[in-house]
Amino acid sequence: MSTTGERSTGTVYEQVQASPEFADLRRRLRRFVFPMSVAFLAWYLAYVLLASYAPGFMAIKVLGNINIGLIIGLLQFVSTFAITTIYVRYANKHLDPAAEKIRQQIEGAE
Amino acid sequence: MNMDIAQAPAPPAATAVGDVGLNIGIFLAFVAVTLVFVYRASRTNKTASDYYAAGRAFTGPQNGVAIAGDYLSAASFLGIAGAIALNGYDGFLYSIGFLVAWLVALLLVAELLRNTGKFTMGDVLAFRMRQRPVRAAAATSTLVVSFFYLLAQMAGAGGLIALLLQIPTSNRVGQGAVIAIVGILMIVYVLVGGMKGTTYVQIIKAVLLIIGAAVMTVWVLGIAGFNLSALLGDAAAASPKGDAVLAPGLQYTNPIDLVSLGLALVLGTAGLPHILMRFYTVPSSKEARRSVVWAIWLIGLFYLFTLVLGYGAAALLPPGTITSATQNNAAPLLAYQLGGEVLLGIISAVAFATILAVVAGLTITASASFAHDVYASVIKRGQASPDAEVRVARITALVIGVVAIIGGIIANGQNIAFLVALAFAVAASANLPTILYSLFWKKFNTTGALFSIYGGLAICIILIVFSPAVSGKPVNAATGRSASMLQGVDFHWFPLDNPGLVSIPASFLLGVIGTYIGGRRPVEEGKFAEMEVRSLTGAGSEKAIAH
Repeated sequence: MSTTGERSTGTVYEQVQASPEFADLRRRLRRFVFPMSVAFLAWYLAYVLLASYAPGFMAIKVLGNINIGLIIGLLQFVSTFAITTIYVRYANKHLDPAAEKIRQQIEGAE
Repeated sequence: MNMDIAQAPAPPAATAVGDVGLNIGIFLAFVAVTLVFVYRASRTNKTASDYYAAGRAFTGPQNGVAIAGDYLSAASFLGIAGAIALNGYDGFLYSIGFLVAWLVALLLVAELLRNTGKFTMGDVLAFRMRQRPVRAAAATSTLVVSFFYLLAQMAGAGGLIALLLQIPTSNRVGQGAVIAIVGILMIVYVLVGGMKGTTYVQIIKAVLLIIGAAVMTVWVLGIAGFNLSALLGDAAAASPKGDAVLAPGLQYTNPIDLVSLGLALVLGTAGLPHILMRFYTVPSSKEARRSVVWAIWLIGLFYLFTLVLGYGAAALLPPGTITSATQNNAAPLLAYQLGGEVLLGIISAVAFATILAVVAGLTITASASFAHDVYASVIKRGQASPDAEVRVARITALVIGVVAIIGGIIANGQNIAFLVALAFAVAASANLPTILYSLFWKKFNTTGALFSIYGGLAICIILIVFSPAVSGKPVNAATGRSASMLQGVDFHWFPLDNPGLVSIPASFLLGVIGTYIGGRRPVEEGKFAEMEVRSLTGAGSEKAIAH
């Protein structure tokens, strides 16, 4: 089992943590995941509140027997799949290269 | 057979369908195939990293399928399909919460956890805290969540046994014997195959389950002329509740209860220890991300299938077949209606395999947490040899297996989706706040972690004990039984079935309060730097071992 870096003094990590490259990586991650988490939780909560407090609205039929509740429910599936795909693209493009670069710096320094 | 069925207007012999020999044959074939994989896995099951994390050698897609296998438990398959068949739309709400919850794991937890930890949730929570108290707390909540989840799985076994082997639920001894055999089989999987063997079982089961559900879904849609609206119309026409099954409000009459449940579902997944542990079976955080992506697509597709299967069961089964007592068997009964004895045999064997696989995953997680967090860190103060640790993990797995068998015999017949919802509430209250705080909040400290874990756990359990779910629901005139877990007593004072709405915010708050109370100790800057840099870059993370 590899223990690379496990027993390091922490100074390497503190130096990296203080570097502008790392600050940039952290900002890119947080700038994406925090607003996105707020957005999907709010969208989900809106759905749960509608189902709880407005069942009559959810029961309005739109297409044959397909009602608003079913459509919003299925849209939760669509938004989940969409956010997943968008995040993977974002991470591949904006997170992975920067993380990889810093990782190699740290592991090469030891 | 069953009371509800005996009293139904047109009594179909619902629990006496199918061919017992065929059912057993299909199930034994599954057991034989999985045992071969488990035996092969045992040859590389030597080190702690092998036993706990399968040598971190699975690929993202493999692990994603295994996660789907772990997550699509009896509650998802039998519980949700049954709830939709009986109560329509409200059953669908469960699946949406269970799916959206994965975004929390994807965006906030999976990759950072993989980069930081080694084997257990406690590795991450205790990373920059005082080891012994935080690991003890993490192990406690891991054991409690796993135990609730385990009971939920075993509770679903009874109805399946009645269907598969035609041993009625009234025959407690016969059913108990079958549950014991299942438990012993599960212990063999875990002890022989470790995490690698368990993962193969999950993968095989997930593939069978998803294919089985897909075939049934296409079949049902075919009968309805591939017209979802027509299927919904048929379901509403066949249901005694009519059009009400198409809208929310049948199962949950108290809106606050529904909000509380929704919160527990969406925040619970990323705090489930047996799900978190799966992220350690891949070599890197990028593979952990790919695992979640695969899991989200498979789980999402599967829940779309259950929507069709649930309404399909309502539309196609003879009136009166699905009652609150038989709802867990809606999917297998629909299989019989569609494809006769063979499809019933396959689907019930898959459902049985589901219980087996999920219980195996829970057992390995709980045993790892006890051995790695409690034995190695708390008792031996980090001085235990890896061999001794794995030996303790195996003994613990044996003990948990026995507890699962006894608990399963006792819990037999409880509503599975409900029990799983409680496990989610405990996970969301006791685990998630601490996970998020320790990953993202620099000032968070040991006192904060202990307040949040123990406080969230205690509040959650107390509110469950004094909820109407445990005692005090009105007695149903038709069955003479209360919908609560205990009959004939009423000591409830908390109004909600699910405690999430109170216990989750309370736990987040307690984390903040504890942090300020313990704030006189200086923050360990070095440890926090190491954790933050490791979690974001993967530097120094545990590597895969090559065999």
